[in-house]
Amino acid sequence: MITEALVLSAFLFVLGTFGVLVRRNAIIMFLCIELQLNAVNLSFVAFSRIHGMDGQIFVFFVMTVAAAEAAVGLAIIISIFRHYETVNVNNFKLLRW
Amino acid sequence: MHASLAVILFQGGQAAPAAEGAAHFEPFYPWLIVLLPLLGFVINGVLALRHAVASADAVRAGGELDLDEGGRPSTHTLPSLVGPGVLLLAFAITLVNFSRMLGAHLEAPEVIRYWTWMATGTFSVDVALQLDQLSMIMMMIVTGVGFLIHVFSVGYMKDDPGYPRYFAYLNLFIFFMLVLVMGANYPLMFVGWEGVGLCSYLLIGFWFSDREKSDAGKKAFIVNRIGDLGFLVAMFYLYTTFGTLDFEPIFANAEAALIYGGGLVTAITLFFFLGAAGKSAQMPLYVWLPDAMAGPTPVSALIHAATMVTAGVYLVARSSVLFALSPIASATVAGVGVFTALFAATIALKQNDIKKVLAYSTVSQLGYMFVGVGVGAYSAGIFHLMTHAFFKALLFLGAGAVIHSMHVAYHSTHSHEDAQDMRNMGGLRKHMPITCATMWIATLAIAGIWPLAGFFSKDEIIWQVAAFGGAASAPYPALYTVFWLIALAAAMLTAFYMTRMMVMTFHGENRSGAEEEKALHEAPAVMWAPLAVLAVLSVVGGWLNVSEHLRETLLGLGPLTSGWLHEWLHPITQQAQHIQEVNLGVLAESAPMFGGGEVVWAVLSGLAAAAVVAASFRFVGAQKHVPAAQDVEPTGFAKVLYNKWYVDELYDRIIVQPILTMSRFCWKVIDAGIIDGIANGVGWTARGLGWAVSFLQTGTLNTYAFILTVGVLVILGVSIL
Repeated sequence: MITEALVLSAFLFVLGTFGVLVRRNAIIMFLCIELQLNAVNLSFVAFSRIHGMDGQIFVFFVMTVAAAEAAVGLAIIISIFRHYETVNVNNFKLLRW
Repeated sequence: MHASLAVILFQGGQAAPAAEGAAHFEPFYPWLIVLLPLLGFVINGVLALRHAVASADAVRAGGELDLDEGGRPSTHTLPSLVGPGVLLLAFAITLVNFSRMLGAHLEAPEVIRYWTWMATGTFSVDVALQLDQLSMIMMMIVTGVGFLIHVFSVGYMKDDPGYPRYFAYLNLFIFFMLVLVMGANYPLMFVGWEGVGLCSYLLIGFWFSDREKSDAGKKAFIVNRIGDLGFLVAMFYLYTTFGTLDFEPIFANAEAALIYGGGLVTAITLFFFLGAAGKSAQMPLYVWLPDAMAGPTPVSALIHAATMVTAGVYLVARSSVLFALSPIASATVAGVGVFTALFAATIALKQNDIKKVLAYSTVSQLGYMFVGVGVGAYSAGIFHLMTHAFFKALLFLGAGAVIHSMHVAYHSTHSHEDAQDMRNMGGLRKHMPITCATMWIATLAIAGIWPLAGFFSKDEIIWQVAAFGGAASAPYPALYTVFWLIALAAAMLTAFYMTRMMVMTFHGENRSGAEEEKALHEAPAVMWAPLAVLAVLSVVGGWLNVSEHLRETLLGLGPLTSGWLHEWLHPITQQAQHIQEVNLGVLAESAPMFGGGEVVWAVLSGLAAAAVVAASFRFVGAQKHVPAAQDVEPTGFAKVLYNKWYVDELYDRIIVQPILTMSRFCWKVIDAGIIDGIANGVGWTARGLGWAVSFLQTGTLNTYAFILTVGVLVILGVSIL
């Protein structure tokens, strides 16, 4: 049972990572990050079957942080969009040498 | 403050008991003698600082200084009283001590301890004053002649803007000089030794805005450093040998701890003599003294003729026990002295600057003093030191009066001729009769004309060399015979160049120019009065120490003269004389080679000196002198003498330039190249690395995410493996 859950979790995490690395759309990258977070959440829940409730409690923390992050991140993306009228991260290269 | 003074006073009264038998010697406030000049320094120093602040403010405000009725700043009134005043008081207290010592027949030195200066383990140095016959003579010269020179300075420096500063330095010098001669151990003497060097530097460069003059001050200071190294090394040797640096225990144990003629005592004394040669301007370190004439003329009289430069002679006389134990060192002292006496005398023959003549004359006379102490005639050396202080101070002060008058004369016509060049003088006798007369007395005294001071003092030294050369078991008798002949020759040269100086300055036609001649004047009373006092001393000063043989004849002037100084210094010199007698036997009664006793040679050398003075008076008087501006460069051997044997040039070539080259190498290659290169290289490397790595900052989010992921994978991979 736990093996299948961890395999699924690993698959989702890798999927999210590839999404962050290869996509240029800020919203998509954001969704991929959420995917990674939830992959981790899945592992936590799966491991809590062996190690007790700590993992499940931690999942709540992660979800809370993810919600806050979504709020702030979306706000930033909206203001970027208002400025550049695009959410393609290739256009945001101000912080460089 | 009051409490501490009271403690000092109390301890001063509680000195160690003097020798048994004679009346007890009770020192009379000896600390006051030292502290009075220091007090003068503080007062004058405060006035000097106030004057400096006031004139700086005046310059900033663009206005003039506030002047009182006399046309001088208010800060210039008090130094005239304080400067000579503290010296007069110190001289008076010295006289009281002297008269008490006269009545007490002090056998052992009176050492008065005040407090412990430093104590480390078994070694300790006290701040202690030593009152004995030798330091008493030195104290009287320093305070007495010093007072006269201070009085002269009141007139000489009257219009100088640095008047309070001048007296502050002069008082400070006297303070350090008294520490030097009164200190009861070598470290305290060294404090005075360095202090007078500092004051010498400050006063040579007194007019510091003139580059040449401040350079002369630096030269004096640096050349003296070489000698001071010798003094220090000698002290280290003494400490490792005796474990103390106090005079009394060292001299008491010297014969037991040191082998006669041994390597250790020879090293100690030779290093001491290196120090003495620096301070007293002997070969090869004499070069600073002629340049030191850049200072005000009374400074030359006080520091560079009468007191500081004789410190080396004092050091040798003070350490007479050590020097007597080393015949090699004593021969070196005498040899260096006699060659310096001759060498400096030859240079003086061709100098045109009146102060330069006197400077080389001083170097030459200091050479005589070293000859005296070098052949074990310590009292004769100190005797010449004393008479020289009288007549050379007189000569310098007289030269100061002449320069003052010449300066005013040239100033009145706005001429820029050299006021010190004798070629511009001539015929000053008419305008400055008192200066001329007193300077003639000093000239005859230094030339060794009977019965003036120099006759007795110089003759005794020359005679002692002769007697040493003829002594049965003297070391290197041939060498001392050569020394004796050189000393005689240098004495004749002295008679010549001094007469030449007097004739060029005071006789013949005036060469300063018709307009200038009208402004020439006799020095004011405040300046000629010290000259008169010194002239009297230059006459009678020699009568204090006339040898027994001379006193049996008419030369001794009957009851007027005595052998007092010799007997007075006997407690100081007896141990050294004892060492000499045990190891070398009694001195000869007749001169080597030619025979003849002391009286014969005194008459011969006196007559020869008189003949030289008379002959050179005619010879130089008959020469045609032209003002400096029209004079031609001398040629041949005269040119070599005029250029001082090119010693300065030689030193420049073999010492100064190599040091400069090496310094430049250290500066340009080692410091600027290597050390700065390392420091800057580190900075440049960091900057370059940062610049190269900054290209990783692409600004693309995906790149960062990719690197982050790869990094995490690498860390995971490593930790798993």
